Amino acid sequence: MYDNPLMKRDAVTKEVKISARGCQVFYGDTHAIKDVDVDIEDKTVTAFIGPSGCGKSTFLRCLNRMNDTIDICRVEGTITLDGEDIYDPKVDPVQLRAKVGMVFQKPNPFPKSIYDNVAYGPKIHGMARTRAELDEIVERALRRGALWDEVKDRLDAPGTGLSGGQQQRLCIARAVATEPEVLLMDEPCSALDPIATAQVEELIDELREQYSVVIVTHSMQQAARVSQKTAFFHLGNLVEFGETGQIFTNPHDPRTESYITGRIG
Amino acid sequence: MSVGILIAIVLGLAIAGFFLGRRRAIAKAGGDSRRLHSLPGYYGQSVALFASVPALILMAAWLFVQPILIDDKVAELIPDSAIADGGSRGLVLSDVRRIADGIDLLVVQDLLNEADLQNMRADFTNVRSRLGEVGVALGANVSPSVFEAAKAYRDAQRTGATLMSVFVLALAAAMFAFSLLRIKPDLRARNISESFVLSLLIGSSLVAILTTVGIVGSLVFETIHFFQMYPASEFFFSTTWNPQFRGGSELGILPLLWGTLYVSFVALVASVPIGLMIAIYLSEYASKTLRSLAKPAIEVLAGIPTIVYGLFALITVGPFIRDWIAEPTGLGSSSSSVLTAGLVMGIMLIPFVSSLSDDIINAVPQSMRDGAYGLGATRSETIRQVILPAALPGVVGAILLAASRAIGETMIVVLGAGAAARLGLNPFEAMTTVTVKIVSQLTGDTEFASPETLVAFALGLTLFVFTLGLNVLALYIVRKYREQYE
Ligand SMILES: Nc1ncnc2c1ncn2[C@@H]1O[C@H](COP(=O)(O)OP(=O)(O)OP(=O)(O)O)[C@@H](O)[C@H]1O
Ligand SMILES: [Mg+2]
Repeated sequence: MYDNPLMKRDAVTKEVKISARGCQVFYGDTHAIKDVDVDIEDKTVTAFIGPSGCGKSTFLRCLNRMNDTIDICRVEGTITLDGEDIYDPKVDPVQLRAKVGMVFQKPNPFPKSIYDNVAYGPKIHGMARTRAELDEIVERALRRGALWDEVKDRLDAPGTGLSGGQQQRLCIARAVATEPEVLLMDEPCSALDPIATAQVEELIDELREQYSVVIVTHSMQQAARVSQKTAFFHLGNLVEFGETGQIFTNPHDPRTESYITGRIG
Repeated sequence: MSVGILIAIVLGLAIAGFFLGRRRAIAKAGGDSRRLHSLPGYYGQSVALFASVPALILMAAWLFVQPILIDDKVAELIPDSAIADGGSRGLVLSDVRRIADGIDLLVVQDLLNEADLQNMRADFTNVRSRLGEVGVALGANVSPSVFEAAKAYRDAQRTGATLMSVFVLALAAAMFAFSLLRIKPDLRARNISESFVLSLLIGSSLVAILTTVGIVGSLVFETIHFFQMYPASEFFFSTTWNPQFRGGSELGILPLLWGTLYVSFVALVASVPIGLMIAIYLSEYASKTLRSLAKPAIEVLAGIPTIVYGLFALITVGPFIRDWIAEPTGLGSSSSSVLTAGLVMGIMLIPFVSSLSDDIINAVPQSMRDGAYGLGATRSETIRQVILPAALPGVVGAILLAASRAIGETMIVVLGAGAAARLGLNPFEAMTTVTVKIVSQLTGDTEFASPETLVAFALGLTLFVFTLGLNVLALYIVRKYREQYE
């Protein structure tokens, strides 16, 4: 699987799903994201890489307006989803977040049962008409989150009682259960063992058939394995954005090269 | 020797012990304190502690046990004939104590000397008038046997006090000598002081626990007394509360309990929804500045003395409810009513519920909110389905705290709901609660050993069991919830 993953990229350009132009983010006086332009394509996995604190999570959170919940955070510039400005006052952030799902950097299961955790999104969006349908959605989501076999006998157990890695997969299952069009994943595998990581990567690959996935990762190998596009952030700037193969084999910017070869970070 | 002087001597010994102990330690180490196991001060401390603490503990124990023993002995001296009709040995015994105290006063003021006292007989001297000279008033003439008992009581007390001084001083001196003499450079004085600190900490916790046990014990004791005089079934199941000064009282708790529960219920119905909504608004919607202004403003409500709330109920709310609601609808004509007291108490409880719940809701981690928002939940969905369930144990705790406040509240009820014990459903009528009746039974003129007074303890115990039950229930709810979710 890892022989020469960089050669297998299909370079066909796809429809742009999310597009950011001149995006700036401030936390009070801190300038966290500086003038970022990026196009995230449909049916593509885009990886955000960069040293810790460079603003990957911040930018990711702009894409579904999660930054609205932080009082001191201010976003400038335009970000469009399917050509529509998501920061337009007409846009309902609640609807937006149903379409652009998110898996957070730290696992945050609700203090509810495993079943209720996964069923929460489908329930509030009225995705199931019967209990049987809901059961089906939950099972499918847990299977995609590579958690089903471990929890199928204890769906009523509290989600907070799982191990850290299981909790993270529960959060992934919870996010995919609502069938978002775009899935934002902030370091989804940082707490997972190699087997679960491989399962999640398989899931990402599967999701790519229908959706657009953005993944933040600190693992160069992972970015190379799962993504078609890679964006390298450094100190709030988008230094380089392009085909994953090109970024990893032939980076244009010296900072990118230093980072992927391990000299910044 | 009086207790104060005794304590002063023991403490003086301790201070002297400190300096002597320190000096001796340094001297034993040949003036080089580095050769000591511990710093010199610790050696001084160990002498001071050994000299004072055991002696003081012995004294405290003595002071506690001596009166019990003396009472027992003197009570035997009182013949049955000296006990008046309807009285008890306890009453005579308290007379004995007063006479003994009076004699002490006479002796102190040089109106009587010990030799005369030995010869003094109640048959020949008017003890009552002699005691009257020093301001000790007695209800009746003193019978010879009581007077002899008083003399015996006084003697026993004096002997006890002397013995106590001797033993306490002997113990202090012995421990002083022992701890001073054992000082040598490799004595682990630091560890001695460490274990002393440990026992001090344990002792303090024991004081708190024993106090609770003592309070409950005295309640139980007096309650048993009460039930020996008054049938328990009447107390628990009679629906009339009608205490009389001279016997024949009906002391049913039901109307009082009903009043307590009714008023508390009204208070909770008024305060819990408002308090919770305030908490949700403050923690989830209000801006930081608004929150920092509004929260203290609401907490001011908790700082108002309950008597002021009572006045507010009496002067404003009561008449308002009577004039605008009760009388026009023909439901009642009294300005004190369950509704008045309940509403005013509800206002008092709002900050309890809101402030605690606000803190608890705020303590729910932001990541929970993020998780729900990230799935496309609205604010109120997030609050109802994620935040409140996560905060539930704490919120239940806040509500139960408010409930026990309501059940124990007295002032607002006296002024707002009146003092009439009644079993009824009409919230516009005056009713009263357990706490109000505890106060009125204990402040009355009836003698202490009568059921009319002792009923207060039975009421208090019932209330205690009630609030205890409430707390257990709260724990159970919280535990159950935890099992399900965490
Ligand atoms: N809530 C916040 N309030 C203030 N400053 C913040 C906040 N969140 C992030 N920042 C700042 O914004 C910058 C970017 O943070 P961000 O979390 O986006 O980094 P990151 O690239 O995700 O790092 P990591 O790889 O460690 O997760 C940092 O300097 C951080 O201090
Ligand atoms: Mg991050």
